[in-house]
Amino acid sequence: MIPSKFDYVRVNSIDEAIQQLQQLNGEGKLIAGGHSLVPLLKFRLTEPGALIDISRIAELKEVRKEGNRIVVGALNTHFQVANNQIVKEHIPVLAETVRQIGDIQVRNRGTIGGNIAHADPAADLPAAAHVLDAKIMIQGEDGAETMDMESFVIGPLITMLPENSVLTAISFTIPPSHTKSAYLKFSHPASGYPVIGVAVVAGVDENNMIDYAKVAITGVGDVAYRATAVEEKLLGQELSETVIKEASQYAAEDGEIANDLFSSEEYRRNLCKVYTERALKAVLF
Amino acid sequence: MGNEKVNVTVKINGNEKRAEVEPRTLLAHFIRDNLGLTGTHIGCDTSQCGACTVLVDGQAVKSCTLLTVQADGSEITTVEGLGQVGNLHPMQQSFWEKHGLQCGYCTPGVMMAAVGLLQQNPNPSDEEIREGLEGVICRCTGYQFIVDAVKHAAQLMRETEAEVQLVGEERL
Ligand SMILES: Cc1cc2nc3c(=O)[nH]c(=O)nc-3n(C[C@H](O)[C@H](O)[C@H](O)COP(=O)(O)OP(=O)(O)OC[C@H]3O[C@@H](n4cnc5c(N)ncnc54)[C@H](O)[C@@H]3O)c2cc1C
Repeated sequence: MIPSKFDYVRVNSIDEAIQQLQQLNGEGKLIAGGHSLVPLLKFRLTEPGALIDISRIAELKEVRKEGNRIVVGALNTHFQVANNQIVKEHIPVLAETVRQIGDIQVRNRGTIGGNIAHADPAADLPAAAHVLDAKIMIQGEDGAETMDMESFVIGPLITMLPENSVLTAISFTIPPSHTKSAYLKFSHPASGYPVIGVAVVAGVDENNMIDYAKVAITGVGDVAYRATAVEEKLLGQELSETVIKEASQYAAEDGEIANDLFSSEEYRRNLCKVYTERALKAVLF
Repeated sequence: MGNEKVNVTVKINGNEKRAEVEPRTLLAHFIRDNLGLTGTHIGCDTSQCGACTVLVDGQAVKSCTLLTVQADGSEITTVEGLGQVGNLHPMQQSFWEKHGLQCGYCTPGVMMAAVGLLQQNPNPSDEEIREGLEGVICRCTGYQFIVDAVKHAAQLMRETEAEVQLVGEERL
């Protein structure tokens, strides 16, 4: 398959990228790893006038610790994130998540910024982003701004990324040191994308009472969501199998669960409960 | 818009090549049609099957999902760069000895993915090999012999500390 014609320009800084977007006046599209965009170009589902290649901008490749947050530059590939020492040490659920994306070839090229910016409803990354209270860092014509996941991703493939701007990094909160985490995924056997993915960060205090619980689910609807109903049922309870089982019954509550050719809504609701229960058990027991 | 060609330079199997390409040219097409290296196969053309896998700067990549312009300035290794008859790369040797192929269509991509895997993880477990080959599809072997071949190659490569041998001019 051959894409429609487009021009190509490679930029070396964020400022240059923004200038090119302005000059191209809506005709320009950023390309990072290209592993969501190139397939769309090949199917001619998108036909931009020009691609602006940001993949060599050094300032988008950093990973650093800032207080209680880890800031991961947009251009880090899934492979790089999975193997980054700072990520593995402080926010292991992110490493565990990106390690399960697609396959080796995809992880070698796809970037974390591109994954969030593309807002694929079946992407893995959003679940980890939600449980780590991710802040999406953006640089645009009028300077820098940050958004949380809820305000950034508003629909399938739809984000609030302002015109002529670049997603520069994602900043993740380091969870308290007594917590543990997991990402549990049920992959579609052909595509490798999650039919469901559940991320959990949780912990108990010295009296075995659950004092920290973040649960997020991706793949089952138009956008990933925080399962706050589950979290509320867990917090303040003494840890037990029954508590986990009962809380997991609310796993589909906060999402808009889809009904499509991949699976029925009923099946997906059931998956939400089953996978949340398994993920919670993996973390808390 | 879209009529501007772009100059690219790549080092392919050790040889520097310059060309003027349309930005929309896929790397798989560039390798096969411009450079005449037809060992890189195109299977599904939708990023699933991995038959088109090559190494870009040492990492396994599906060349049907990369634009040539994205690879400008990089070093590319195709199956032609692995070894030659009479001087097989340990991966090729192992696929032969362990019957890691039948029809052979997927084989170049599978071997490049496997070489890429071993560069990231020189001593993988069976499970890690299977996971590492998630990005390639073979319809003949049932994968068991491929896993055996990759395991054997890993051992040979550790023993000989062989790197990917880039062969010279004569292959192009
Ligand atoms: C075979 C295959 C299997 C896959 N399986 C999975 C999977 O299991 N789970 C999963 O989560 N993903 C999967 N993916 C998607 C993969 O993770 C993508 O690489 C990722 O979603 C997009 O990252 P990219 O760098 O390739 O983005 P690109 O394709 O370059 O860009 C995607 C979109 O984001 C925009 N964009 C990119 N970077 C920025 C930026 N810094 N600022 C603003 N906008 C930007 C682009 O303009 C474009 O619209 C798969 C892809 C393939 C080809």
